[in-house]
Parts: sequence; C-alpha cells; structure tokens
Amino acid sequence: MPLVTADTLKPSYDAIVVGSGAGGGQTAYTLTLEGMKVLMLEAGRNYVPEQETAMFQTNREAPLRGASTPDKYFGFHDATVDGGWQVPGEPYTQASNDPKQEFTWWRARMLGGRTNHWGRLSFRNGPYDFKPKSRDGLGFDWPIRYEDLAPYYDKVEMLIGVYGNNDGLENTPDSSPGVLLPPPKPRVFELLMQDRAKRLGIPVVAARRAVLTQRLDYEHLPAKLHPGNLFAQRIVKEAMQGRAACFWATPCGRGCSIRANYQSTTVHLPPAMASGNLDLLTDAMVREVTMNKHGRASGVTFIDRKTGREGHAAGRIVILSASACESVRILLNSRTAQFPNGVANSSGLVGKYLMDTVGAKLSGQIPLLENLPPLNEDGAGGNHVYAPWWLYKEQLAGKLGFARGYHIEYGGGRGLPSAGTGSGMEWLTGGSYGRKFKEDVRRYYGSLVSFSGRGEMIPNEKSFCEIDPDKKDKWGIPVLRFHWQWSEHETRQAAHMVKTFAEVIREMGGRVNGPVETDGSKVIMPGGFIIHEVGGTIMGEDPSSSVTNQWCQTHDVKNLFLTDGAPFPSNADKNPTQTIMALAWRTSDHIVSEAKKQNL
Amino acid sequence: MSANDSPPETGFSRRIERRAAIKWMMTAAASLPLAQLRIRGASPTAIDAKGYGTDPDLIRSYNPGDFWPLTLTDAQRRTTAALCDTIIPADGKSPAASAVGVVDFIDEWISAPYPQQREHRPIILDGLGWMDREAASRFKKGFADLADNQRNAICDDICLESAAKPAFAKAAAFFALFRNLTAGGFYTTPEGTKDLNYIGNVPLATFDGPPPEVLRQVGLA
Repeated sequence: MPLVTADTLKPSYDAIVVGSGAGGGQTAYTLTLEGMKVLMLEAGRNYVPEQETAMFQTNREAPLRGASTPDKYFGFHDATVDGGWQVPGEPYTQASNDPKQEFTWWRARMLGGRTNHWGRLSFRNGPYDFKPKSRDGLGFDWPIRYEDLAPYYDKVEMLIGVYGNNDGLENTPDSSPGVLLPPPKPRVFELLMQDRAKRLGIPVVAARRAVLTQRLDYEHLPAKLHPGNLFAQRIVKEAMQGRAACFWATPCGRGCSIRANYQSTTVHLPPAMASGNLDLLTDAMVREVTMNKHGRASGVTFIDRKTGREGHAAGRIVILSASACESVRILLNSRTAQFPNGVANSSGLVGKYLMDTVGAKLSGQIPLLENLPPLNEDGAGGNHVYAPWWLYKEQLAGKLGFARGYHIEYGGGRGLPSAGTGSGMEWLTGGSYGRKFKEDVRRYYGSLVSFSGRGEMIPNEKSFCEIDPDKKDKWGIPVLRFHWQWSEHETRQAAHMVKTFAEVIREMGGRVNGPVETDGSKVIMPGGFIIHEVGGTIMGEDPSSSVTNQWCQTHDVKNLFLTDGAPFPSNADKNPTQTIMALAWRTSDHIVSEAKKQNL
Repeated sequence: MSANDSPPETGFSRRIERRAAIKWMMTAAASLPLAQLRIRGASPTAIDAKGYGTDPDLIRSYNPGDFWPLTLTDAQRRTTAALCDTIIPADGKSPAASAVGVVDFIDEWISAPYPQQREHRPIILDGLGWMDREAASRFKKGFADLADNQRNAICDDICLESAAKPAFAKAAAFFALFRNLTAGGFYTTPEGTKDLNYIGNVPLATFDGPPPEVLRQVGLA
C-alpha cells in the first residue's frame, strides 16, 4: 500500500486514527468514504497479504515443521509478523508474581494488526448482552441497546462477508434477510457432534465466520451500505470485485492472498486508500495524545521506529483504535496540567475493568470416525458449526452457580499434517512403535476431536492495567503493568465447560483424553490468553463512572474517541471483533455527522 | 511463557559480563585440543545460534540447517536413523522415516535456539547415548548395528512411560519424545502425508461435505 513518511505528513488532518486493525480499519473506511481527510498511524510495518501470505506451503517447508516458537507462536506460517506474547524491546509487567494473577498480552505489530490471523468468528452480541446488569445485577449495562447496533451489524456483515444461518435462537440474533452468505456444509465430525449434542439439549448450528463462501454481490451491496453516496458506492464496488470466493483450502490463520476472508488489510484499507482521503504511516509508535489550550486533542506524538525520531501529527479529531490496552496506555501516558493522571481520565477509570474471554478445552477420540475413506475436510479454514449458549433460563433461575454463558467451538477432522501429527497417542496406542504404530496413526488420524469453551467474564475491580512507574520500552515510552483476577463466576463456568465437553464426547461414543477436572481454576486459561481483551475506557452515561459515552467519545475531551474494544462495558461470550467493527462504524457515522455540524 | 521481563541491564553490568565471558572462552579454548572444538554436537547444552526472528519470509521453502547449524555427530545421526526406522519402518504403504529426511528434522529440532527445543536437546542427546550403552550392555553392539528383534527387546522396555520399570523411566520419557518427533517429522513429508490419505491443500470449486457412504459408515445416513 502506498505510504506517507514522517516527513511528508500534511500540516493537519480532519481525523487521526491510531491503529489499523478491525476498529481502526472500519473507522478509516467510514470516514474516508464520507470525504474526511484521515491520517492512520500503525506501530508495525507495512504488510501486503496478496504477496506475503503462505497459502499452500506445507509444514515440511517450514523450519521445525511449522511448530510454535516464541518468534511465531501460532506456527511458522501464521500471518502474524513482529508480534506475539512478547514483542522484543517492548515489555509489559505484572503486579503480582502469582501466575493466576498474570495477564498475557498478545500484540501484532503489523498493518492490519490481529485481523490478519484471527479465527474470523463473527458473532453479534444479543439484547441481553447490552443490558447484563439489568438482567442479573452484575457488571454494567451499555448505554445502547441491541437495536441501536443491529443496523451496523448488518452493514458490517454485508461489507466483510459473513457466512451463517438465522436460527431464531435466544439472545443469538438473526441478521436481516439477504445479509448472510450461505454457510459451508458441515464435515462429518461436525455432523456427528451436532447429532449427539442435540440428544443432550445442546444446539449446534452454522458458525458465523468472515469468509466468502461465494463472491460478494458487488452490484447491489454498495448501494445498501452507502445510500446516496455514489463516490463510496463506486469505490466499494471495485473493492468487492477484487475479492475472490473461498477455494476451500489453506487455514485462515495464515491470512488470505485471494482476499476471501476478512482482514483489515484486504477489506477495509483498500477502499479507504482508493478514496484518496487516507494517508497511511506505518512504523509509527504513538506515545501520547497532545492537547491544546482549549482542552481539545490537537494530535498525537509518535516515534518513527525506523529512525527513532519523534514526530507529531495534527488533527481536528483524534481516534484511538490501537487495541484496548495500547489505547489505555496512550491515554495514561498523555499527562497535561488539566489531566495529570492521563487525558480523559477525570473519572480515574482509564485502564479499569479490563476483561478477556473465559477459555477452557478438552479433547477426545471418537471410534466412529476411525478409518474413514479419504476425505478433503479443509473446508472454510475454520469452524463450520458451533454451539451458542443454550442455558439462559436455567442460569437466570440460579441453577448453574455462575452468571453468564459460553459458546462451544469444535475442532477435528483430517487436517494438514503438522509437527504434532501422531504425537502423544500413547493413551490410545499403548505405546506402539514400528508397523503397528503406522497402522495406529492411520486409524486415529481424523478421529480426534477438541472442544473449546468461550465464555463471558464479568468486569471486576481487580482486573486492570496501569502505567508501571519504573519501566520504559526501547522507545522510552512507559509500559503497562497488569493486575488480574478471575472471579468464581468465571472459574465455575470453566468447570461447567469441561464437564459438558466430556458428556458430548461420551455421547459420541468417544473417549476423553485425560481426567475431567472439576476445579475450574485449574482449567481456566490465563487472563489475556484468548486475545479478546476489552474494556479499560468503559462507556456509560455518567462521566463519574465511565470514560466514554455511547458514541465512544470521551466524556472529558469532546474530539477524542476510541473505536477498539476499550469502550466495552461487558464482554459477552460472543467474540468481540464484529462488535468492535459495528461500534466503530456507528461511532464514525456520528463523527461525520457532528463534524458537519461543526460540533467537534 | 512468563510475561515478566528480566530487569534491564545497565551498561556497566553488561560490560563486566561480556569481559568475564570472553575470559572464560579463552581459558576453555586453551584447555581443549583443537580437534575437539570442531566436533559437531560435542556439547549437550550450548546452542547460541539465532532463531528465524519475528519476521521471516513465509513464502520460501526451507530445509533443516537453513537457519541454524545442525549439531548431531555422525554417530548420533546413525543411532537417530536406526531408532527413527524402528518407530516408523518401511511398509507396503510408505517408506521408512530416515528415507524421507526425518533425521535431519530431529537434528534441526534439537539444534534450535528456542526454549522448548533447548529443553528437548539434553533429553534426546542423553537418550541416544543411553540407547547405545543399553545395546552394548545387552548385545555388545551399538543400537544401529542390532538386529530387529534386539532393537525391539530394548524398545519394548521403554515404549510406554506409564508401564516402564523405574530403571527405564528416563529412557521411556526420551522414547516418548523421540517418537513424537519422528511422527511429526514423517507425517509432514509428502510421503507421510500420502500415507494418511490426506487429500486436501488443493483448491476446490465447491465444498460438498461428506458423501453418503461416509455418512452411512458413521450411522448418520
């Protein structure tokens, strides 16, 4: 993508967007197609999926057969570059040495951020998810209802392309007619799970993922997305024509060179660039928001990672979308006479109520799936089916011992052989080797299944981040220090997950791999591990108990917004990416409208 | 996967450490015959190579040795090949592990400068040594020179960790790891992938789901 440099910035922009992932991408898309001049800053390098994505490379072609390393945690061919649980020279710290109070922070320093490798699961929050406190007395309500965001969910789904079905399930909203793409046919392990889970009362329905099971309807969608805006319609039509449909091969985590799945770099940024209204500056690590004497944001200060030099970009509106924790870090590092504890932090709540998703997993082996004839099960490169939360009534009646739900993601099938193929099978083989081992691997390959729970965490006072007073990164920017604590709502939920998974495996006639732990604190993944962190600048109506309003606009600084996950006041079990995009679109529409009225 | 960084080094302490390290290396070098310094894999611990970094070229096809040197000695490679092929021998469907580059892969693995591989290195090197000592004590030969039934006599004692006698516990842990590496190395090759009847990783016009005979086989038709 054509880039500007620190030396070729314009004197000022209508808006500055910090971050190029789901939130930043959507924000830049909407603003530029509405005619605003935008500068986007990305801390990582430029990244070109069409040229850099490993598509058909096998694990044989990768060092260590593609196995995970600290340099490439999700495997060699994973799309993430310059990212991971640790980024060299850019540390973060923990307030406690207790591993249970650790928060692990995934970052991707690259254009498009984490959207390049994510699982593409694209769910909607339901009506309950916006009013959780009204329902069970815990956490916080959002200052908006599902109905406020529903039109934007439709728009996002039409723009990025999401497959799925409308099943009419409780708190699992349908999309408007004609919005979704047809879901891929379930694979045999998914059909078997669907059949057996049904006996246990668990609904297994089509997953919703941002993968084009057919080409987007570029003749009609642009007018639905941008009514009355012929400029935007023309550009979006061209961008949609540039995307191919899925060819049913290669894992989505590698990214997609034919642009068949959603990445900010292949879906949001091309039309934004084509508008002529976007300047894109990569390798620009934003340190702080600068303020003018009228108490308004005037721009951002950044470090050029290539030269180490400090620069400043000026804009009438500043929008942080750097990922929840990084945006918090920028705010807390922006100290002025008016805001000695960080810009927009008069409430003292910036960094507070950090949330992740509850995760637990279990695997098993299913004799019915042994020795199947050769089958191509690559499919859409991720889940074809999932189980949305199904125990709302029992939960509300207080029968479960935890307050919020989870959904189940299934794994299995005859996947591309990896460094782990044939590993750890003693529990099935009794330790075979030789010809018997080869027969065993053939027999069990494709019969192994895994279950991952993804559940809602309730925000709490003990989970937050702040600036570490003693430590700076290699750019001289003070780093984050994390505090973390799961409550019993989360650990009990995790225990319920593995108990349920074991029941489904047994119902499938299978064997569970290992013991089924009843203590949820032993199976719950560490904080941050699911990479769904949200919160830190939660939205609300009252400036004393929230940082932003329903427009993701800070209460304190009128022209300062956040369009990543930071404004989320709750973190439903639904993976947050699509809600980030829908909220960013809504916020951006508001920004355009207010800017036209000279209100910003 | 600790998220805590070690405390920042001061310039002073780093200088001292480097000076001390150089001094140590000079002393060590002086006390060893030159030939020994050149032996690949002589040390069971020291791997100071660099990894591939956080931004490697993902399009290229790589081979073991491309990023960091392989370090097994010829004798260790010979034992590795023999054990690989005891675990995955040739049969009617596919070749033996050593015939498709699995020895190079295991060498790459234990020579890699990453935490898990550094942890595996002494387990594998000690285990290879144990295999040869055990072969010598039972049959007066190296493991690679044993007949199949002799190899099996040793492997039967160590092929299942949970059932191994205490005297074989460490060797059984080695064997489990070695079998995992052999399998991962083998099934990722074209020959191993074909052995599993994996037929994906090719573009398709449509995805049709399982055919009726598969649904019948699992009782869903």
